[in-house]
Amino acid sequence: MNQTVKHLVDPNDFTVEEINQVIDLGLKIHSNPAQYARLCEGKILGPLFYEPSTRTRLSFESAMLRLGGQVLGFSDANTSAVKKGESLADTVRVLDDYCDALVMRHPMEGAPKLASEYSTVPVINGGDGGHQHPTQTLTDLISIKYYKGHISNLKIAICGDLLFGRTVHSLLKTLSRFENITFYLISPPELKIPKHLKDYLLDTYDVSISEFTDLEDCIEEADILYMTRIQKERFLNEEEYMRLKDSYILTRDKLSEAKSDLMVLHPLPRVNEIHYDVDRDPRAKYFEQAAFGVYVRMALISILLEVADHA
Amino acid sequence: MLKVTGIQKGIVIDHIAKGNGIKIFEKLNLAKVNYPVVLLINVSSQKLGQKDIIKIQDNVDIDFTMLGLIDPKATVNIIEDEKIVSKMSLEIPKEVTGLFQCKNPRCVTSVDDYAVPKFTRVENGKIQYRCNYCEELTEYKL
Ligand SMILES: [Zn+2]
Repeated sequence: MNQTVKHLVDPNDFTVEEINQVIDLGLKIHSNPAQYARLCEGKILGPLFYEPSTRTRLSFESAMLRLGGQVLGFSDANTSAVKKGESLADTVRVLDDYCDALVMRHPMEGAPKLASEYSTVPVINGGDGGHQHPTQTLTDLISIKYYKGHISNLKIAICGDLLFGRTVHSLLKTLSRFENITFYLISPPELKIPKHLKDYLLDTYDVSISEFTDLEDCIEEADILYMTRIQKERFLNEEEYMRLKDSYILTRDKLSEAKSDLMVLHPLPRVNEIHYDVDRDPRAKYFEQAAFGVYVRMALISILLEVADHA
Repeated sequence: MLKVTGIQKGIVIDHIAKGNGIKIFEKLNLAKVNYPVVLLINVSSQKLGQKDIIKIQDNVDIDFTMLGLIDPKATVNIIEDEKIVSKMSLEIPKEVTGLFQCKNPRCVTSVDDYAVPKFTRVENGKIQYRCNYCEELTEYKL
């Protein structure tokens, strides 16, 4: 095991100061990308995608290519050399010799953590089951910092599947460490955040959490509205679904109740939870958010590869 | 009363709650060792009414974490030259490795042989452990 290599497996692997460093570097790269275009020349990033996720993988690959580096990995465990039955530990001990950093997407929760215990190069969690997705959180935070100028004193409404939504779990765990954060959590009763996570946040951080079933009950208070996808199959109760389904679809009409400087975010892909007519509202920032995902990943990769100072 | 002679050198695990003796015996794999072991059950006790006792000769290297998990109220006496040279009280362990499974079916420890389940105790009044991999809470039950 290698304890000295820096990984980003769990949001808590980075201190608030380190998170701010990544975000600030991401913003610098965003304003002057040319200066960073050869930063990772001669370096290889290894995307190990045990389940397909085109968006996350392409965001990482774009980030590495824009830094002048190269990528070498796989995008589906079934079509790769990684056969079922081989321990992740073995795979990682081979691939860490081929690459300078690894990005892992895996259906099993805790898989990137296991990989990090055996890897001699940095491991980045690209999403593990319903657990965590820390680079989506960096994407969310850089967007907030860019548009709000700060990541503190914010009321953040998070809506959708809060039980299985790993982007939500990472966001909650990370934002709770910033100052004066209030969460409004909107979900059907079946899809509230896991109790262990709620207990952990309330026991560990000075954070306020209120839970709602209807979006209308808190939308006018929010500085940020973070929408996530909610699948009909997730509801246990058909009646409850019929009652609530419209509550979780954001429309221009609903936005009329909201603050004029609200930011609407979404980790994408969207299905129908944000009506297309919201796209024209200046408060809709989810496509800009996706673009920032590349810049913040560029920052993360250069910091983990210890080349950030060479620009 | 049944008479069992003392041991010369080794460990006596005393004040085991009635019924836990056999569980400790099994969990410590004492049926498979090659040194003398005695398991006494339903021994009368002033403190407990009835208790179980385990005496292990020659070996003092047992898993105290496991013992603390099964029966934190048991006491451990280390014996040398037929005398108790130290008495230890047990604690419910803060860290546990590999002694039970994570309850989360989506946890990597449930599919990967290399991933030994590791847990950290949560201070919430119950005996609950947070998985170091998936963070789900598992309540320890024998
Ligand atoms: Zn687990």
